[in-house]
Amino acid sequence: MSKQAKPVSGKPANPVRRLFMSGSLGAACAAGMVGAGLTSYSTQAQSAPADALRPPGALPEADFLSACVRCGLCVRDCPYDTLKLAPLGAGLGVGTPYFKARHIPCEMCSDMPCLQHCPTGALDPRLSDINQARMGLAVLLDQETCLNFLGLRCDVCYRVCPAIDEAITLEKQRNPRSDRHGMLLPTVHSAHCTGCGKCEHACVLEEAAIKVLPLSQAKGKLGAHYRLGWEQKAGNHGKSLLGEDMVELPVRGLETSAGSAWTPPPLDGEWKP
Amino acid sequence: MKRSFLLRERFLILRRVSQAAILLLFAFSGSLSGYLGGLWLLKGNLSASLVADTVPLNDPFVLAQSLAAGHLPELTAVIGAAIVIAFYLLAGGRSFCAWVCPVNAVTDSALWLRRRAGIKGGHAPAKSLRLWLLGSVLLFSAISGSLLWELVNPVSLLQRELIFGTGLSLVLVAAIFVYDLTIAQRGWCGHICPMGAAYGLLGKGALLRIRADKRDNCDDCMDCFKVCPEPQVLKPVLKGEGSSIIRSGACSNCGRCIDVCEQQVFRFGHRFEIRSQKP
Repeated sequence: MSKQAKPVSGKPANPVRRLFMSGSLGAACAAGMVGAGLTSYSTQAQSAPADALRPPGALPEADFLSACVRCGLCVRDCPYDTLKLAPLGAGLGVGTPYFKARHIPCEMCSDMPCLQHCPTGALDPRLSDINQARMGLAVLLDQETCLNFLGLRCDVCYRVCPAIDEAITLEKQRNPRSDRHGMLLPTVHSAHCTGCGKCEHACVLEEAAIKVLPLSQAKGKLGAHYRLGWEQKAGNHGKSLLGEDMVELPVRGLETSAGSAWTPPPLDGEWKP
Repeated sequence: MKRSFLLRERFLILRRVSQAAILLLFAFSGSLSGYLGGLWLLKGNLSASLVADTVPLNDPFVLAQSLAAGHLPELTAVIGAAIVIAFYLLAGGRSFCAWVCPVNAVTDSALWLRRRAGIKGGHAPAKSLRLWLLGSVLLFSAISGSLLWELVNPVSLLQRELIFGTGLSLVLVAAIFVYDLTIAQRGWCGHICPMGAAYGLLGKGALLRIRADKRDNCDDCMDCFKVCPEPQVLKPVLKGEGSSIIRSGACSNCGRCIDVCEQQVFRFGHRFEIRSQKP
């Protein structure tokens, strides 16, 4: 190739022709294909495993994945070694922080060191109270193995809960197996559960009966058109919204001889928990 | 007479020291903090970090992906990226590639082995691929709403691997080694890596540049062409009629040409025409 072959000055060569000759067109197509391929890969990579939880203050998953730069500052700042960075192929977005409650749960530090240095706001700095964090929601998944459901007094998940008697309560129920014993059933209340995972971590079973799941998997959503009568009533000074002049319809099929409403039959004996 | 070994390899040695020191600081600042009253010298990784628990640093390319994906970052990240951009505007954009990036050591080794084993040929994609990839990655980050290149970015994967010690992503880095060794000479850093391309854009206006001020001494030994990772930037300044300053963004300021040139044609200097050196 001689030097004279190249135009040193004057008009540049036809740009379309130059695009072809330099291989730029192929490069552009390849780059587009890589981008499209990565896009479809990214949707697969977002099928997160159910036991991987995000740190406190994490934005909703889709926003989190666009915000987190995978620097690991939260991992470094966690004093309990709870947080880890997701490895390749974990389905979490490689390099993003997560924790598994069964391994090391969140200790719910009141000063939240993990989100203090987050540079992008993937961990929302507006979260000022760790009790408002919603890392997930505890769900008593397996009632067949939970010792309390079997009638024992394990209560461990209830006792380790940082929001004891709020996030987990023990609900008293009669044990139908003996008819004379009670069962105290651990019951989670989403209004208070931060998803710290202490309960799952502490569950004495070989495989935890209570597990913390990401909110998207743990929580149902009521249609917006539902009205809860008791709440409406409370907002209406205790009065029914239907008014007083409702016609009372007879209840058919449950009448007693006296014609009054049905009442449950009395218990056989005295019932003790 | 040949110059001493240290003089002939000084920038290579300095670069390896720089690359290793940064990774080691990231990895062991925690252990060191015990002796420094709890102070972390360097915390985080190359994507974002905190120097001495105060100064934020953010990789501009990674942050650009996040921006494209639709997240407006906190001020900390913006300041961090501004500091990094300002630094590389002074130090030369792709100096990141030569002085910081750990993949550089991988691809340099691949090239060394390629030469040693006498592997020739193969096929390298167009030099412009990295720029197309840069654009494509940002575009598709916007479409997918995630930091697309960070799913596979071997630079991020390798440094995170070395700093945090997790997972299997070294497979990707091994793939780059094999690709550079057998298929494309300097394939990854020279043709594909969009992160390097992003830093290359910064380099177009960077202050610290390599100058061939003494190009009249050149004896056409071709040593610099053999070692230069982007040899296309050498010809115009060495043989052309125009400027003797390498202003191309592709130059990574690795200083290898300064190392190998027995005639001492090259030196580090600023990007302006005026000669700052003594006659």
